[in-house]
Amino acid sequence: MELIDQHTKRIMEGCKERARDAGLEFGGDTLEYIVTNRDLVDLGPKNMIPTLYDYWVQDVEVIKERSRYELYPNNPYETVINTRPAISFYNDNNPDWLNVMIFYHVLGHIDFFRNNHLFAHTWHEDFEGQALSDKRYIAKLRSEKGRWVDYVIEFSRGIDNMVGLYSELSSLNRHETPILSRLDYYFDVFLQKEKKVRAGEYLKEIERYNQACRDFPDAPDPVFFAEVAASYPEFEALYSKFKDRRHSRPKDLMSYILENSPFLTKDQNRWMKPVVEIVRKTSLFFAPQIRTKTINEGWSSYWHEKLFLQDDRISGNEVGFARVNAFVTALPFVGLNPYAIGMRLFEHVEELGRGGKISYDFQKLLDANLRKKFSREDVSGGDWVFKVRENFSDFTFINTFVDQEFVDKHKLFVAGRRLNPRKKVWEYYIKSRKAEDYKQMLLDSLYHPPSIDIVEEETNDEHLYLSHRFEGKPLVKEFIANTMMGIEFLWGGPVKLETTELIMPAPEPTGLAAFYAAFATDPFPGSSREPSYRRVVYTMEDRKLSKVVL
Amino acid sequence: MAKDPDNKKLSLGSDMAAPPGGPSKGPGPGVTYVHTLSSVDELLERDAQREKDGFPRKIRIGRFMKPARGGKDKVILVPTTVEEKFMHDTRPQDEQEEQSTGGSGEGQEGEVIGEQPVHQTSGSGQGASGEGDSGGHEIESSAYDLGRILTEKFQLPNLKDKGKKRSLTKYTYDLTDRHVGSGQVLDKKATFRQIVKTNIALGRIDADGEIDATELIMGPKDRIFRIVSREKDFESQAMVFFVRDYSGSMSGKPTEAVVSQHVLIYSWLLYQYDRQVETRFILHDTEAKEVDDFHTYYSSTVAGGTRVKSAYQLVNEIVEKESLERDYNIYVFHGTDGDDWDSDGRETLPELKKMLLYSSRVGVSIAERYSGGQSKTVVERYIRNSGLLHDQNARLSLDSFSENADEDRLIEGIRRLMA
Repeated sequence: MELIDQHTKRIMEGCKERARDAGLEFGGDTLEYIVTNRDLVDLGPKNMIPTLYDYWVQDVEVIKERSRYELYPNNPYETVINTRPAISFYNDNNPDWLNVMIFYHVLGHIDFFRNNHLFAHTWHEDFEGQALSDKRYIAKLRSEKGRWVDYVIEFSRGIDNMVGLYSELSSLNRHETPILSRLDYYFDVFLQKEKKVRAGEYLKEIERYNQACRDFPDAPDPVFFAEVAASYPEFEALYSKFKDRRHSRPKDLMSYILENSPFLTKDQNRWMKPVVEIVRKTSLFFAPQIRTKTINEGWSSYWHEKLFLQDDRISGNEVGFARVNAFVTALPFVGLNPYAIGMRLFEHVEELGRGGKISYDFQKLLDANLRKKFSREDVSGGDWVFKVRENFSDFTFINTFVDQEFVDKHKLFVAGRRLNPRKKVWEYYIKSRKAEDYKQMLLDSLYHPPSIDIVEEETNDEHLYLSHRFEGKPLVKEFIANTMMGIEFLWGGPVKLETTELIMPAPEPTGLAAFYAAFATDPFPGSSREPSYRRVVYTMEDRKLSKVVL
Repeated sequence: MAKDPDNKKLSLGSDMAAPPGGPSKGPGPGVTYVHTLSSVDELLERDAQREKDGFPRKIRIGRFMKPARGGKDKVILVPTTVEEKFMHDTRPQDEQEEQSTGGSGEGQEGEVIGEQPVHQTSGSGQGASGEGDSGGHEIESSAYDLGRILTEKFQLPNLKDKGKKRSLTKYTYDLTDRHVGSGQVLDKKATFRQIVKTNIALGRIDADGEIDATELIMGPKDRIFRIVSREKDFESQAMVFFVRDYSGSMSGKPTEAVVSQHVLIYSWLLYQYDRQVETRFILHDTEAKEVDDFHTYYSSTVAGGTRVKSAYQLVNEIVEKESLERDYNIYVFHGTDGDDWDSDGRETLPELKKMLLYSSRVGVSIAERYSGGQSKTVVERYIRNSGLLHDQNARLSLDSFSENADEDRLIEGIRRLMA
């Protein structure tokens, strides 16, 4: 690994100037390194962060990837990591014009990291340096505690996909909502949610308060609450508990365990807490990247094309650029390419913006002809792409801007794959050209970890009770046992997980067997193929998993 | 959870490695936190330690395969592991289910735009790399390593008695023959014996007195040498028949499961027989045929019915015609989903019995399509009913597992097949 030479660095600085003029923002300094493919393979399991903490699973991955590389060599153009300063990796031997293109692409990524609000929690610290100190800390712990450090890492990683990125982000710029006053708590929460009193009684209490206001206009509360304390002695305790809870609501399962696990608070286990926290922080760092693949790659591709085409350094290399660019951003006949979709969506946004179409007037039009004819010059319309890169994630990006015009313009379709048993082939066919279907297909391909809540009412020092919010897909069954075993370890007691599972109907012959069965008499007359769902509770106790149907 | 401070030496892998010979053992000023990549053996050792700590093993042996025509498949064995998390299960619920992806181009809705053969081996076509003829040995060497790992780390048993069968083609060379006067290595003991004989004959040795070696004289023909000679090798060797049902019902997961297990068995035997293993591949539906290489064996599929008898018959024929019985320890492994048109085994069982006469082991693995049902598959039923499993338990074994069986289950299966 070495820094790029001065000649190449000058090319980079040239790119920066032009990109800045176009409106990108990426801070002052960047570091560019030349790496070998082997370096890239070895860094892959660490998400390209050379200073990430060591963990044996990464070793397994490296050994595996090295072997894969032997069979299927490949060669990525660049990798950028979101650090301060931003670091990027390149191959040796790129011709200068290719470097220009790649540098523009990289600057697009850096600009995205710095401006997209999903990354807000990474803006003010250098993860690379942070990771290095974490790595050293874990190495030091390992020399004291041995393999138990790795178990803690493993079990923490088991739940690190559920880190609360959004609650972390919202805590960054939250307007502190005032804590409910005693009076509001009494009427809005205590009487209605805790006591569940009847309407008549509720009204009577209101009347009693009004009466207190009339009798003691200066200070009605003490009189009123004196009586409350008489009829509900537990009220004060509940109110102060309520205030506490509001203050420190854990952001996710990991931080809940960090704060409440009876096991981790024991003296001899305290050392585990920082390990869990390191895993959590690392996961939080990567969380926005998984959620911005399409938009981030789209943004970079949009800019490398736009900037390079205006760049004088392209002259003489137009064909080479066209080839490489097509390789990266072409829409495949069948398949998904996030670079291609993302780039075209940004072009679409730009067009919508310039035509004044990101407006209520346009959006309320339903008639395709009127939509086509709609035109309103909007001078500042080009700025829309910047607003989108600042505020959107993959989900909102796709959900907002994939419309019928977009699908039609690029002749997009949902490709279905079905078995043709007679010809023994998989048939690919055009399943739909509707924007709704295409959008849904894109959304289905996005990263979406399950939402699992802590049910505090059922949780105490012994049991931890988790509930999976069912969103149409069950959890991967094979993974439940080991994941829960990890949580049990970190919690130090039995863990329950409420989730929904799918019951498949009686099996019908599938594949080619179905074809032959068709000749025989129907073995499953009238059997329904509709799957049904049921709620179950898994319990992990003493490393043994059991299941009860609710 | 008890933490045993004494055990910390057992933690391997990504542990902090002090520079070799470095003075500092613990962390402190001047310590470099160098990360060394763990070897596969170290990783497996760590995995064994997991079991002792009460956590299930996590490392599996996976493989990459780059198929190629003409038996030059490249298979590379790699450790793999999965980090279990709560995740949505987005797999299609059954094989047939349609999967959607994106696309772009011309065409009407509903129009078929392309076709792909059902059995296309995964991974092919991801970029071709030029490769010379030297690639051929790859499968063997890494399969041997896998066999060693299976035997040592997964505690698969060693074969009790491999039997010695004469090999007609293999020779070893050793310094076994003696030669007078010239040769490679002087055989000092034999030479001295010869000198003593010569001297007795000359009357220079007094039978009662002490022998003074300096007084002895040596004739030119007393020097005896050892020379290299060709020896017939009596090492045991194995001939393994891999038999697979490739009828329509096998497509997809059952094939995967069966073939995976066969690769593991092959590797294990390769290690057990110290590479002296030859393989034959047989595919059957209603007819049986022999195919040349593993790739064809792995990737072929037809849409026929199933007659197990045809395959067993073919194995018997081959063994008889080539008189394999005399020179080889013969193993037959049959993988099927348990279907057979011969529903009570009337045709199959006589062939199976014949096979048992000469085989060291016949192992039948059944990848069941649906593990939920209690009813046994046709093949399992008639083999069990025949009583052969009991009478011939040293030679015949049967293992049935779900088509979704994972690697651990398949390895466990080998244990059952070979026990």
